[in-house]
Amino acid sequence: MSRALRIHRAGPSLTVQDFGRIGFLEFGLSCGGAADPLALTEGAALLGQGLEHAALEMAGFGGEFEATGEMRIALTGAPMVARLDDAPLLWNASHRLQAGQRLSIGAPQAGMYGYLSIGGGIDFAPFLGSRSTHLAGGIGQTLKGGDSLTAGHDAAPDNFGNYLSPSDRFSGGNIRILPSAQTDLFSAEELARFTATTFTRGARGNRQGVALEFDGCPFAAAEQLFLLSEIMVVGDIQMTGEGAPFILLPECQTTGGYPRIGTVVPDDLPRMAQAAPGTVLKFDFVTREVALKAHVNHAQSYRALMGKIAPLIRDPHDIRDLLSYQLISGVTAGSENHDT
Amino acid sequence: MCGDGAEMVILPPFPTLQNVGLSGVLVTFSNQLTEPANRAALAFRACVDAAEIHGVLETSTSLTSSFIRYDVALIDSATLKKHLSNLLTHQNWGVADLPPQRRLWRIPAAFGGVNGPQLDEAAQLAGLTSAQAVAMIAATPVRVMTIGFAPGQPYLGVLPDKWDIPRQSHLTKSVPEGALVTAIRQLIVFTAATPTGWRHIAQTAFRGFRPESSMPFAFRPGDELQFVPIDAAQLDEIRARDTSGNGGAEIEQMA
Repeated sequence: MSRALRIHRAGPSLTVQDFGRIGFLEFGLSCGGAADPLALTEGAALLGQGLEHAALEMAGFGGEFEATGEMRIALTGAPMVARLDDAPLLWNASHRLQAGQRLSIGAPQAGMYGYLSIGGGIDFAPFLGSRSTHLAGGIGQTLKGGDSLTAGHDAAPDNFGNYLSPSDRFSGGNIRILPSAQTDLFSAEELARFTATTFTRGARGNRQGVALEFDGCPFAAAEQLFLLSEIMVVGDIQMTGEGAPFILLPECQTTGGYPRIGTVVPDDLPRMAQAAPGTVLKFDFVTREVALKAHVNHAQSYRALMGKIAPLIRDPHDIRDLLSYQLISGVTAGSENHDT
Repeated sequence: MCGDGAEMVILPPFPTLQNVGLSGVLVTFSNQLTEPANRAALAFRACVDAAEIHGVLETSTSLTSSFIRYDVALIDSATLKKHLSNLLTHQNWGVADLPPQRRLWRIPAAFGGVNGPQLDEAAQLAGLTSAQAVAMIAATPVRVMTIGFAPGQPYLGVLPDKWDIPRQSHLTKSVPEGALVTAIRQLIVFTAATPTGWRHIAQTAFRGFRPESSMPFAFRPGDELQFVPIDAAQLDEIRARDTSGNGGAEIEQMA
């Protein structure tokens, strides 16, 4: 019997995401995929499954869901208030849903994008090698109440009740950037002013990118209005016509005519994407050598996370009480309950 | 195509090799849009693909550059750049053959009025009457120099010198799918309604991106387009008749 996650009520930006589509830059289609890929990796590690599965990405708030059959889920990314029927559910953990149980996921307590991964993934035919919705590219659409997601075959249905200590990437801070092909179009003074400026994540932003706000003169490069449109990559910091930075996220355009002052290193993209409006951000240029040394790709990250998985609780009878205690008191499960 | 005689070579300091982000290299043949530089970008990219360098994940082109994305776990930037520098010495890329299997698309377009509200303004900036502007564009086959900004969206050129007009400093809030817009000696047929700094001069019924199809991209880099002026009533008629996405276009294989 096929198992599905039925959506009774959907948050404003509920989409299916995996790691995106590689190989269509030549046709103007950016990779897309999860805004916070680390959260996908965490979800896969919590469920003990591979990185090929798609998950639900939730921005704004999650929604109301119902399992039509028993299934496992993992909740990762921006921590959101989650309940299973009447009991609170711990974030950054894997859980089992019984048929007919109602899962409700509210607004983020910090950050932007929460993720709901399903044991066996979300099962439908990939398009151009991926299940990712690419809203800007017109591939797929946001999910609505009444939609239903079929769960794929779950090879380990009894593997739930796992916990991962979350890595904090929900509070902004210093973002590492690399010089890019157009950095030299900015004067040394403009570059110094850029790294000295404190920015806040503006109100305008989506999966294509986010606008930053700051006090001060607009940033400008030489010959800005006559620049040839050039390749853009995720993480590029584009200076718009108004002279304010706009950071490109997974659904960014593939080319653009505004100059790029630098590029966020891939390892800091989750922190960038998870910065909610008003979050304070600064940028530091790092060398390629420093960025490479610090770089951890998805596969390496997955292996490291698998080593950090901890059981949520040993006595299943206490799960509900304990979860509720943890959520309400704010005690982190990692330090209190399952240090080994 | 444009192709002024004086532009037949790639001039120093080009080609240049630059890092883009952590895992990209950009090979640039000019900072000005010229026919040889675009030709070089298209041809060199095909050459990199054929070389099958271990660790290269994908390649693409922008107007005057080839872009190579690679896996830093499989190849380092210095080794890749050495490979690319070696390939660059193989021939004069400014006169290289274009990729094979190109097509010529003749696409009906309604210029001016509600279908091209900025035709008059663009023509004036180019020092032409609106009628001259339409005639000049209709007489100039343009190449798909790159596809970008949005899926399947072609950057077309190169238009004659007169069309070297800047983008607007402000954005037009939205131009519709199929809009023909211009700036800096180029045309674009928009694949979706979008805000833009380019000037909207005509409207087609062409859909360059068809996500309902298993091969959703109409154009390939290197294809050529020619716009056939029609009036507003003819555009409506094409919209009613042609549901393929081709907007009444005629397609011809090029030699």
